[in-house]
Amino acid sequence: MQLPDAEQLLIQLTESIRRDISPSTALVGIHTGGVWLAERLLQNLQLPLPSGTLDVSFYRDDFAQIGLHPQVRPSDIPFTVEGSHIILVDDVLYTGRTIRAAINELFDYGRPASVRLAALIDRGGRELPIAAQYVGAVVDVPSDKMLALEQSADGTLGLSLYSKIRDNE
Amino acid sequence: MSNNPQLNRNGQLQHLLTTEGLPAPILLNILDTAESFVGVTERDVKKVPLLRGKSIFNLFFEPSTRTRTTFEIAAKRLSADVVNLNIAASSQSKGETLLDTVNNLSAMHADMFVVRHAQSGAAHLIARHVRPEIHVINAGDGRHAHPTQGLLDVFTIRRYKPDFRSLRVAIVGDILHSRVARSQIHALTTLGVPEVRVIAPKTLLPTKVERLGVHVYHDMTKGLKDVDVLMMLRLQNERMFSARLPSTEEYFKYYGLTQEKLSLARQDAIVLHPGPMNRGVEIDSAVADGGQSVILPQVTFGIAVRMAVMSILAGN
Repeated sequence: MQLPDAEQLLIQLTESIRRDISPSTALVGIHTGGVWLAERLLQNLQLPLPSGTLDVSFYRDDFAQIGLHPQVRPSDIPFTVEGSHIILVDDVLYTGRTIRAAINELFDYGRPASVRLAALIDRGGRELPIAAQYVGAVVDVPSDKMLALEQSADGTLGLSLYSKIRDNE
Repeated sequence: MSNNPQLNRNGQLQHLLTTEGLPAPILLNILDTAESFVGVTERDVKKVPLLRGKSIFNLFFEPSTRTRTTFEIAAKRLSADVVNLNIAASSQSKGETLLDTVNNLSAMHADMFVVRHAQSGAAHLIARHVRPEIHVINAGDGRHAHPTQGLLDVFTIRRYKPDFRSLRVAIVGDILHSRVARSQIHALTTLGVPEVRVIAPKTLLPTKVERLGVHVYHDMTKGLKDVDVLMMLRLQNERMFSARLPSTEEYFKYYGLTQEKLSLARQDAIVLHPGPMNRGVEIDSAVADGGQSVILPQVTFGIAVRMAVMSILAGN
């Protein structure tokens, strides 16, 4: 199937977020694709607050089924969450379970004034009442496929489709 | 089944009994996971919901407030329910066997046992006995092993000296009776530290200690030369007044770490101690509280390392 150009979608995503930013807007990228996107969005939007990163491994709802992710990366929130307007950034929005975990983790750092969600791709298939306020594109992806963002050596972002089934991604 | 009782049939960690024989990728996975828990313990909410609903029993057949507390804090920060049993003072004094105690607690739906026992092999015995869904962590058994201490020590070293391939490490003190020293040596050699030294009087070294892959020194002046990391061991009270040592004063004179002796090591060398310290016996206060000491960071990192071990075991 024909996948959209990630760099093109990033431009659209930047412009839709730009309308809503304030001095207390902060981006938080979800590992790994969301972290790359948040870095690029931060450059594009020139926000005053540094971006945070979340690895939601300690908050996932499938720990009892699949155990701890073999490569947990440290989460890092380098700004005061209390009172800030946070935009969570993820590459592909699917079941919504990762976002649920990310919101729970975020609240263990403090009480934000608001949390919104930006996703490069919304592929449907939600299992929780979660919606993104900023979406690059809505794409129909067969349920036995996995869509993932990749970063090439020069930093260019691209989308790839895999047959491998990974639950809750 | 694997012949390593610590690993399940997929080669994943089922129990943590000793650092001996654990493959480097498993050790590194514990250290890497612990890095993420360091961040958790620095937040306002020092807790994650990972082990919510799990019951962890601290079975301490030997008194230890400090180690028991660090396991308790680690379990609570993972949202597990923790029950502390000071068994030296309860069932065993009424004549119950070790395995009967374990059977009773298993019937209460324990998910994990943290075991401290004066007999070497006690945690192994329990691990072989329990149902496959129950995990066992050895929190110190006799002279044999204290794997979480060994792991938190290598974690602390890695934080300050990330390149293990160029390290010279000296372990100083009562190697003979130390389960900590054994766990440190196995972890350090598995992770590729090229030179591990032990420095001790002959009476406090096991025979043929070289077989563990260490270099033996009896003299601090030679042993500390060019060392990057000094791991001091606690001189246990019961050893102080045995025939193995003339006096604590004499021990301090030859093996106690003073600023003067520390200056023989590399200028940027770090000093570790598993605690509790005997100031003026194995370590001088000026060193313990000095700029090269990482003894308090060890305590902080110990929580993160134990959280990592518990969450990896519970997920396997």
